[in-house]
Amino acid sequence: MSNIKNMDDTKEVKTSYTIPIGPIHPALKEPIRLDLSVDGEEIIDVDVVVGQVHRGMEWLGMNRNNPIQTIYLAERICGICSVSHPFALVMAVEQAAGIEVPPRAEYIRVIIAEMERIHSHLLWAGVAAHEIGFDSVFYLVWKVREEIMDAMEYLAGNRNSKAMFQFGGVRRDITEEQFPRVRKSLDYYLSIFDQLGNIFLKDKTINMRTRNVGILKKEDALRLTIVGPTARASGVSKDARQGHAYSAYADMDIKAITPDVITGKVVGDVYDRIVVRLLEIKQSIEIIDKCLKEMPSGAIISEPKVAKLLAVLKKAEGEGIGVHEAPRGECFHYVRMEAGMDPLACWKVRAPTYANLMAIPTMLKGEQIADVPIAFASIDPCMSCTNRAITVKQPRKGTECLLDLHELSLEKTRRLEAEFDR
Amino acid sequence: MEILSPEKIVESFKSALGDGLLSSRIHQQEVAITRNLFQAIWLSVTPGSFKKSVAHFSSLQDYPHLAVVSSSDLGEEIELIYHFSIYYEYQFKEISVGVRVVLPKSKPEIPTITDIIPGALFTERETQEMIGIKVIGIPDDRRLFLSDDFPIGVYPWRKDDTGPQDLLKTLPGQKVPGR
Repeated sequence: MSNIKNMDDTKEVKTSYTIPIGPIHPALKEPIRLDLSVDGEEIIDVDVVVGQVHRGMEWLGMNRNNPIQTIYLAERICGICSVSHPFALVMAVEQAAGIEVPPRAEYIRVIIAEMERIHSHLLWAGVAAHEIGFDSVFYLVWKVREEIMDAMEYLAGNRNSKAMFQFGGVRRDITEEQFPRVRKSLDYYLSIFDQLGNIFLKDKTINMRTRNVGILKKEDALRLTIVGPTARASGVSKDARQGHAYSAYADMDIKAITPDVITGKVVGDVYDRIVVRLLEIKQSIEIIDKCLKEMPSGAIISEPKVAKLLAVLKKAEGEGIGVHEAPRGECFHYVRMEAGMDPLACWKVRAPTYANLMAIPTMLKGEQIADVPIAFASIDPCMSCTNRAITVKQPRKGTECLLDLHELSLEKTRRLEAEFDR
Repeated sequence: MEILSPEKIVESFKSALGDGLLSSRIHQQEVAITRNLFQAIWLSVTPGSFKKSVAHFSSLQDYPHLAVVSSSDLGEEIELIYHFSIYYEYQFKEISVGVRVVLPKSKPEIPTITDIIPGALFTERETQEMIGIKVIGIPDDRRLFLSDDFPIGVYPWRKDDTGPQDLLKTLPGQKVPGR
């Protein structure tokens, strides 16, 4: 009896293949596994499996480190947004312990955070060009990105992991003599901005590969609590710099950028995400320029002595939240402190990709396998941010990959180009 | 839609939840030169009226945003804080609302909110495996970050004997005591 029932069941179910992509795969820059159920070339379902790069960071912050050490640990949550996490963490701890921040420090924080946004968006633009097989653009954009990396090295002494943050201020000043070097970088980006816009918004190959691919509708973005450029490209006016008054952003007039300012409509596809990120580069240039013009004088830190600061932190009791708009979206930290306890009593980190991964199944359903690399890359996923929890004894059993996705993506670009030429 | 002040928001929760609202605190902080306000509200609710309080957000904001669920081990109890955000479309009007629920360790159960906010699935899955609570009615109760070979009944964020102490000894660079 049961056999007959089973046979009926199999008749109803349409046969489909499951293709595992990752955890390690040439098309993905960081480890994650996507289990795609496919029917022919079409994707009918996606399962996202994360957890391959757990490093136990929150546990370390809650059990081993003192809060000052935790700032520099937070900086290492992600190699690209190494400002966002310490920024959100120091705001949360300052709120919990009641530490004041001098206005000059707020401006320096914002300058360094916006420089990071420029470099992160350019890095993404290069990766996106590479994913669709447009490597000349990839080389060009990453060459252009070096300018802001040099400027950051000039200000902080390091291209990444800049260690600028401290509770109650920043560790390094940006002086009047350093302004011309920063302005030079900003002028350079303004001079090439139209050229970049031409490449990414008018080029026929990029247009063909990104228009109407990986669509995320506004309702879905709101329902799934998507953040950052991914949400704004779907027409959601959500930006922590606009909503929350925090740091020097409270003195600026920042509006969330949605793609309809250039294209006149919101589609919510990969192309719209390019538009939003491009415009945000320009917005960041304007913010840095304004900060340089209006930077107040005064101290850069309220308590320069680390030992005294640690004593204050040990006595502190309370809780706080820190919200910062990272290049990929809202970065959220929650901190609870208990008096007499060295490490933080509770530290919760929510990186933007954590929220944005919820959009992947919706975006990929109905797409072709060749579109997976660009559609997945379009949320600018950062797996190191998303995974932090704990170290495991043994790695998960590896899943072998049968398809070279990147090759498939290149093939589609070539095919579309050939069709266009005909 | 009308934008309520933080005091009005707390009042509206009071009238919606009644005795279910245990306490409330409004945090306002002036920032930078223009002294605009950074605003946050902390609410403490009973486990029984938690679902009702989440549903109440829908009357304040069309799609309330959930940032994350934070959890801490208080000894005999587990404290969960659901960090919501409302009025995010308006400039400097966004308010973070932390809804605090304290669950006894003898019965650490909380209803799912994925029927109201589908985006809450990841953070509910993470909270389940990390602090060892049970989310009732969760559509997908597999582990999220922990691998399948991670021992059952060990919760990394617990500070009692169900914590990960035994696993820590085997971390690289650490010596096993007595050997």
